[in-house]
Amino acid sequence: MIRAERLSKLFGDVAALSPTDVHIRSGKITAIMGGSGSGKTTLLRLLAGLEKPSSGHIWYGNEDLCTISDKRLYQLRESMGMLFQYSALLNSLNVYDNVAFPLHEHTDLDEAVIRTMVSMKLEQVGLRGFEHLMPSELSGGMAKRVAFARAIAMDPKIVFFDEPTSGLDPISSGVISTLIKDTSTKNRMTSIVVTHDVPAGLSIADHIILLWQGRIIAEGSPDEIRHSTDERVQQFLEGRPDGPIPFSRSTTSYIDDLTHKPGTVRLES
Amino acid sequence: MSELTIKQSGPAIFLGRLGRSTLRGCEQLGDATMLGFHALSLIFSKPWQGKHFVLQLYALGVGSLAIIVITGAFTGMVLALQGYYTLAKFGSESLLGAGVGMSIIRELGPVLGAFMIIGRAGSSITAEIGIMRVTEQTDALEMMAVNPKQRILLPRIVAVILAVPLLVAIFDVVGIGTGYIVGVELLGVNPGAYMAELVAKISMHDMYGGWVKSVVFGFLIGIICTYMGYRAVPTTEGVAQATTQAVVISSVCVLIIDYILTSFFL
Repeated sequence: MIRAERLSKLFGDVAALSPTDVHIRSGKITAIMGGSGSGKTTLLRLLAGLEKPSSGHIWYGNEDLCTISDKRLYQLRESMGMLFQYSALLNSLNVYDNVAFPLHEHTDLDEAVIRTMVSMKLEQVGLRGFEHLMPSELSGGMAKRVAFARAIAMDPKIVFFDEPTSGLDPISSGVISTLIKDTSTKNRMTSIVVTHDVPAGLSIADHIILLWQGRIIAEGSPDEIRHSTDERVQQFLEGRPDGPIPFSRSTTSYIDDLTHKPGTVRLES
Repeated sequence: MSELTIKQSGPAIFLGRLGRSTLRGCEQLGDATMLGFHALSLIFSKPWQGKHFVLQLYALGVGSLAIIVITGAFTGMVLALQGYYTLAKFGSESLLGAGVGMSIIRELGPVLGAFMIIGRAGSSITAEIGIMRVTEQTDALEMMAVNPKQRILLPRIVAVILAVPLLVAIFDVVGIGTGYIVGVELLGVNPGAYMAELVAKISMHDMYGGWVKSVVFGFLIGIICTYMGYRAVPTTEGVAQATTQAVVISSVCVLIIDYILTSFFL
């Protein structure tokens, strides 16, 4: 359903994503995994059309997301949803109005019907009865669950999840992972999940893409990833600090920095 | 292969920096104009944003009313005091009404009113839109198939364009009124003379000039403040910087455009 060809993104001179081919399977859950700064979120935002790529194409069926008109892009987005890393709830609206927002915008449904639909979505995320609260009155986990309810309010065909479990307690994290799995399966929804939560990614995904330094280093089913012989993949899965993926990003000698050798940065007192 | 190194002198470095900032300024001017006109071009596109125009007009217009009334009141009072002091030297106190009215309607109403609206409404527009960028609310709107330029920028630009002339009119009335109180009630100017000179000396041309200025200032404030918020670097510092820049740039633009318009309407 979604296919990216030679997709790349540069921020100034820095390549956040090197030319990459991606194939997102229709009706399946694809997890994009990798360490911080590996280009996961950039890839997700490119696939969602929130960023313009530096090169390449993104095909939704036979339409190139990079060349279609704004009007067509908004039409396509009526069948998409997105859960943002920091929830991105509209601050001026309460929980009910946030979840009902896409329904009010794109349907002519009666308010009573919308109220029922909102209640159903909030029940799914365990927050029915909290409709009157403002986003500032919610904890991080609650805000994320409301954002989840909003993302699936229109029963979209494609949902993008940016770090859906980050910052959540284990129970909320487990609930969100289960919700993604259940909703995707029941609604035959295409889900693209960006996460560095290895257990969550391996448990819910049908297909995994592993990124490092803006490149895909492995992809396949969770089992294929688990049994990969690539040292980088194993280091990421096990969370080892030592291995081919260096923990330290510093490029200068630590000893030189400490002894103030020429060419190193010195802190002024 | 050897590298060619050119050592630049002080003036060359200065000219280089000046050139770069001029180019950056032109780029921003073009970008702001494009963004503003793009947002305004969506005014008749569906869905109609009427409810949001009214909400913003209320928030920005009514929210700025108190500061406009206070500024207008004290401006009129000071003008009456200063005007009386000057006119009394020539025995022309009866011209006080015309002096206060003309100063306020032609110049001080639009300019001081615009400054107050920049400080009260313009800064809040920039900060609000900037925070929406930081917290990805504009991206969330995009993903819900709602155009943030139409939903967020357009109602605010239209509201400011409508609010500034209305608030300036209130400023003018309050200023002339308090000028009357100070001139007639405190300083003893003849009330008939005050009103007669006010009506006789202020023409429709003066009123029209003040009105055109306030509409143009509203347009400038709307475009600049929404642009600065929408293009703010999405960090806390970026929003703070964008808000400061929005206030400074809008104020300077108001002064420059005021001179140009005054030269046309003299």
